[in-house]
Amino acid sequence: MGDSGFEARVEQALADAGLRRNFASAMGGFAARRLAVFPDAAALERLREQGAAARRRALARLPELLEELERALVGNGIHVHWAETAAVGNRIVLEILEAHGVRRVVKGKSMVSEEMHLNAFLARHGIDAVETDLGEFIIQLAGETPSHIIVPAVHKNRAQIARLFHEKIPGTPYTEEVAELNAVARRTLRRMFREAGAGLSGVNFAVAATGTLCLVENEGNGRMCTGVPPLHIAVMGIEKVIERLEDLPPLLRLLTGSATGQRVTTYVNLISGPRRAGDPDGPREVHVVLLDNGRSAVYADPELRATLQCIRCGCCLNHCPVYTRIGGHAYGTTYPGPIGKVLTPQLAGLERAGGLPFASTLCGACEEVCPVKIPLTRLLRRLREETVRAGAAGGAGAGALERLAWRGYGLSAQHPRLYRLLFACGRWLGGLMPPVAALERWGRAHAEPRFARLSLRRLFRKRGIPDA
Amino acid sequence: MPEHARDRILARLRRAPREAQPPDDAATPRAPAPGGEAAAALEAALAAMRAEVQRLPREGWAGELRERLRGRGLSSLLYARDTPWAPALEEAWAAGPERPPALVAWEGTVEDFRDRLFVADAAITRAEAAAADPGVLVLRPGPAEPRLLSLVPPVHVVLVPGERIFGTLEEALAGGGFTPPLPANLVLVSGPSKTADIELTLAFGVHGPRELLVFILE
Ligand code: SF4
Repeated sequence: MGDSGFEARVEQALADAGLRRNFASAMGGFAARRLAVFPDAAALERLREQGAAARRRALARLPELLEELERALVGNGIHVHWAETAAVGNRIVLEILEAHGVRRVVKGKSMVSEEMHLNAFLARHGIDAVETDLGEFIIQLAGETPSHIIVPAVHKNRAQIARLFHEKIPGTPYTEEVAELNAVARRTLRRMFREAGAGLSGVNFAVAATGTLCLVENEGNGRMCTGVPPLHIAVMGIEKVIERLEDLPPLLRLLTGSATGQRVTTYVNLISGPRRAGDPDGPREVHVVLLDNGRSAVYADPELRATLQCIRCGCCLNHCPVYTRIGGHAYGTTYPGPIGKVLTPQLAGLERAGGLPFASTLCGACEEVCPVKIPLTRLLRRLREETVRAGAAGGAGAGALERLAWRGYGLSAQHPRLYRLLFACGRWLGGLMPPVAALERWGRAHAEPRFARLSLRRLFRKRGIPDA
Repeated sequence: MPEHARDRILARLRRAPREAQPPDDAATPRAPAPGGEAAAALEAALAAMRAEVQRLPREGWAGELRERLRGRGLSSLLYARDTPWAPALEEAWAAGPERPPALVAWEGTVEDFRDRLFVADAAITRAEAAAADPGVLVLRPGPAEPRLLSLVPPVHVVLVPGERIFGTLEEALAGGGFTPPLPANLVLVSGPSKTADIELTLAFGVHGPRELLVFILE
C-alpha cells in the first residue's frame, strides 16, 4: 500500500482494545436501531428504490438543475457563489466575513467544511470558527478531526470528555455526568450564538425547484447558527441538489433511518431566503457556496458518477467490518469507511489515496445497506483496477508474490483435478499453518482461520444439489 | 472571476456523457398513511420522541391551556401579538387572577428583543400543519411569528389545529398550502432538542427546547 501511514495507523487502532470496544458497540447499536426502524424489508426496498431514483434523476440533469437552483436561490434573495477548489471556497467565505467585519462565527456540522479545512484557514486569518454540534465541539476542543461523519466524537468516552471540559472550559468542575456535560456545552455555546457575527452551515439537500436549503439535525444548533446571527453562509457540494420538494420526504426517511435508526430527526430546517420585509428575525443575508473540488471530474465517468448519489448517512461505515474495527481516524481522510474509500481516491487522486480501495474485504455489507443503492463494491473494484493499472500507490496489490499466487490460482481454477488436490492439501495442512511473518502479524488481530472439513462442492453433493 | 468558475464547472458537467433520464418515481405508491385516525397516530409518534401531547377542547382552549401550564414552574410565556390566536390568549390571561406563567409579548425585531428572548422560560407558537408519519409538526414562522420563539426558550408550547393533521409528510407538504415561493423559513419539529454525542447517551435540551408541549385543538 502506498500510504505507509495508513498501515501504521491501522496497527495502532487494532492494538487499542478500548477503541475497538467503543466502535464495535456503537456501530452495532446503530445497525440494530436501523433494523428496528425499517422492520419491513420489502417496504425498505421500495423506499431505497425511491431514494436512489430521486438521486439518479437529479444527477442525470445535474448541470441544468444547478442552474435552476441558482435561479431559484437568487430569486429568493440568496447570494450564490461557485468554487472550483476548496482553496477558492475558503477565500469566498473569508471575503464575505471580512466584508461584514466578522471575527467569530458559530458553525453547524458540515462535512464539506471539513473537506475544505475551513476552520484552520479562517483561524490563520484571525477568525474564530466555533463548532456548535456537541460532537464537533468536543473534538474541536481536543484538536482532533471527526472519526465518524454522523457522530464525530464517537471514539471518546465520557471520562475523556469530562477531562477535556474541565481543562479547556474555564470554571468547569470535573464531572462524568452526561446531563451535566451537556449543560456545560449549552451554557458555553448559548453565549456564542447570541454574540456571533455570522453562522456557517452545511446543506443536506438543496431543492432546485423552490430554491430551498434543507438542514437536518437533532440538537438545534444548526437552527441557532442559521437563525440568530445576522449573516448565514452555507457551503455545499454541487451534488447535493435535488429536483423538487416532493423528493424530500423519502430521502429524509432514508437519511435518518439509515444514519441513526430514527424515524425523523428533531428538526428539519428549510431555508428559502434571508429575513423578508416585515419578518422580526432571521439573518439579513444568506450566502451559498457551491463547491466542486473534484466532483465534476467524478461526474465525467458514467460508472463512478454513482459516488455522487451519496447522502452522507454514514450507514456504510456502521456496517463495514473494516471501519467498525479500526474506527475513522485510521483512514487519515475526511471521509472514512466505504464511502471514503471510494470518494477520496477520486477527489485526492490515485497517487495519494489509491491504496484505500484495497482496505476492504469486498463483503458488500455497505452496498446492501446503502439507502440510495450506490454499487460500492463495484466502485471499489474499479478503483483497485485503476490503481494497479496506473502503478499508483506503489503498485498496490500487485507485488511479485501476489501475482504468482494469483497465476497459480488461475491455473488451478482451470484444472479441476489440480484444484481438488490443492484444496485437499489445504484442508489437511490448514490447521498446521505456522504463525510466521505475514501470518503472524495477521494473527495478532484476527482469529486463526479454520478450513472447512468439506468443500462447498462436496457439501452441495451431500445435500443432493446437482452440479450446474 | 466567480462567474468564470461557474461557467467552467457547468461546462465540465455538460461535457460528461449523458445518461438516459431515469424514470420518474412520481407514480410510485407512497408509504400508506398510518392506520386509524391521524391525530392519534401523530400523538403516538410525538410521544415516542419524548414530546408531551395533550388535547384541548376548541371552546375555551386558552383558559384551559393556562390551567394546564400552572405548576410547571414557568415564570413567563412568550407569544407573538399579531397572530390570530393571540387575542384568545390575552383574554384568558386577563380573566383570572395574576399567577405564573406571565404572558409576555415579543416586541420589535430580534435586535431589540434578543436579551429578553434569551432569558425567557417558555414560548408558544402554532403549527401550520402536522404529519402523523413520520410524526412532525410543520412550523411556519413569518412576519407574525418570529422563528426563534420555537427555538431559544427551554420550553416550547405548540398549538396544533386538529384539522391540519395529515397522514404523511408528503400529504402535509402538498395539502398544507406550502406552495412556492416558500416562506424564508419552514421548520419540521418532532420533539425536544436532543443529542447522543457523549457515549451515545440520549440527553435532551442541548441547544433547543428541553421540553416540547403539544396541544391538539379538537
Ligand atoms: S455511500 Fe450510501 S451508505 Fe454510505 S454514507 Fe453514502 S448514502 Fe450512506
